[in-house]
Amino acid sequence: MAENEVRSVAELVKLCEAGAHVVACGFLGDEAVFATGEGEIAFVSGKKVGAHPNGGILEAICDGGRMITCGDDGRVVATDAEGRTEILAEVKGKWIDHVALGPDGMIAWSAGKTAYVKTKKGERSLDVATTVGGLAFAPKGFRLAVAHYNGVSLWFPNSDAKPDVLEWKGSHLGVLWSVDGKFLITTMQEPAMHGWRLADNKHMRMSGYPMRVRSMSFSHDGKLLATSGAESIILWPFGTKDGPMGKDPGMLAPAREGSRVTCVACHPEKEAVAVGYSDGMVMMARISDAAEILIRGPEGGEVTALAWRKDGAALAYGTDEGKAGVLNP
Amino acid sequence: MSDKIPVTVLTGYFGAGKTTLLNRILSEPHGKKYAVIVNEFGEIGIDNDLIVGADEEVFEMNNGCVCCTVRGDLIRIIDGLLKRKGKFDGILVETTGLADPAPVAQTFFVDETVSGKTSLDAVVTVVDAKWLNDRLKDAPEAKNQIAFADVIVLNKTDLVTPDELKDVELRIRAINPFAKIHKTSRSAVALDDVLSQGAFDLDRILAIEPHFLEGGHHHHDEDVQSFSFSADAPLDAKTFFAWIDNVSQIQGPNILRAKGILSFKDDPQRYVMQGVHMMFEGDHQRDWREDEKRESRIVFIGRDLNQKALQEGFEACIAK
Repeated sequence: MAENEVRSVAELVKLCEAGAHVVACGFLGDEAVFATGEGEIAFVSGKKVGAHPNGGILEAICDGGRMITCGDDGRVVATDAEGRTEILAEVKGKWIDHVALGPDGMIAWSAGKTAYVKTKKGERSLDVATTVGGLAFAPKGFRLAVAHYNGVSLWFPNSDAKPDVLEWKGSHLGVLWSVDGKFLITTMQEPAMHGWRLADNKHMRMSGYPMRVRSMSFSHDGKLLATSGAESIILWPFGTKDGPMGKDPGMLAPAREGSRVTCVACHPEKEAVAVGYSDGMVMMARISDAAEILIRGPEGGEVTALAWRKDGAALAYGTDEGKAGVLNP
Repeated sequence: MSDKIPVTVLTGYFGAGKTTLLNRILSEPHGKKYAVIVNEFGEIGIDNDLIVGADEEVFEMNNGCVCCTVRGDLIRIIDGLLKRKGKFDGILVETTGLADPAPVAQTFFVDETVSGKTSLDAVVTVVDAKWLNDRLKDAPEAKNQIAFADVIVLNKTDLVTPDELKDVELRIRAINPFAKIHKTSRSAVALDDVLSQGAFDLDRILAIEPHFLEGGHHHHDEDVQSFSFSADAPLDAKTFFAWIDNVSQIQGPNILRAKGILSFKDDPQRYVMQGVHMMFEGDHQRDWREDEKRESRIVFIGRDLNQKALQEGFEACIAK
């Protein structure tokens, strides 16, 4: 579709200065918030909360009630809609690189080679052989996937059993469970993803990317996995028991020349994907007919965060230059 | 290239004086702030909220290249630091005494975020004048660290006689004739000689050791050699890139470092490139100045390099 045919809703966006690299965004109640590299939670209303004073936020995740952040100050902090902060965990003298939220509000984090989980019995930890690349809770049950070099450890924190290890050579970074919990997918240091069908540990290689994949998001029904890392959104089919094995991915919302997809977020109810690019452009694309709606023009900065409000009526974005905005605030 | 954050890698065998140099860099009033990636937290005596401990995790890349190893921890730490850019002007990476510099250097080529937002300014190797000759016999790491260096801080010169110093310098030159050598005691080198070097900028190296670049010069170390070739006539870009790609595939595992400044036919700009093992990168640097000689020069440091093949290959790149 030619550019002049794309409908723009940029005038419906409320702009916001997050002040620093936006690591993640989300909604606390109805209000959009942005977690920044300078340790702050910036509310779209202009309020800023120093969640990690003198520190930087490395990763953040939001459940609608709390923005959970981890930082180079060795802390995991929760910030609520009123701007109150609470230190949930602390590892002295270390960076806390990753944080994950479980289905019942459970929290996991990692520092170096150790993954931690807060359980009813207290804190439990798991040491793996190399630095943890990413964490993700299974959609059901109390099980944590810990990505590392040469594979992923699947750990039941409430059990003393040794974790199951899914092996695949290379450095595994991001990790994600499919919506039905039947597949586990990792992003790798190489421009590729790897996956396992957990029923039989069968491997799935998802490669062909020009760049490292940094963002992935399942559609609300779990049938498609959208990823960054290419000139378009890449959509892997997960609708059958074989997942994407032996199938080609779909492509959606091509970038302008010289730009790449850096961030994706599937709509929580509809067949649509929000997409951010390395030139700062933000769009929404409908999967059925590839129709596109422009949310932010290619105004510079790289889009580093995207999040839908739970009801799907509002969308927040942020860039590495600290620019942020909310569609339909 | 200029808005990239410069990274200085500090190597050197145990006890050579790395930490002393690092502490000096951090305490001197140079008006710059550095994020520092270290291995031993306790040894840094300076308050700095951007000191990060690293684990030296060396990973192989799944790209079919056996020598392609990177420092996974560096990628992760630099990714994190980049979220706070503006807080610092440069990054210093200290390696352990036994570290092979190749994975560190390759990290700055392989990872797209790291290579897109930072640039390897220089590999600075601190060398102990008193003990180097012994280390070269028993520690292959020490030799690699010298071969990789852009700048060598020849330290503890007060502990050796002038003749011994001369001998050590010749040993270093035999391994790496292209690095700048600064003789010091107690790591008291001027910081301008260590920081903001621009490893790409061969000009200063040439100014110091011009005779090393007189066609096919060759020094003798037991196993590390260096060669340099030059051409007055412009090169054919297409032929050159095909050749260097081939060189990286065939001789890459043996190439420790390579650098070049190149003049291509019908191209008003200087092209600079550097390589580590099988990885090469390059870019246009600036227009050739009216008053400078348009000359192409390329240097290789490595083990068991085929000099004849390199020289003939390079000469075949001269535009017809």
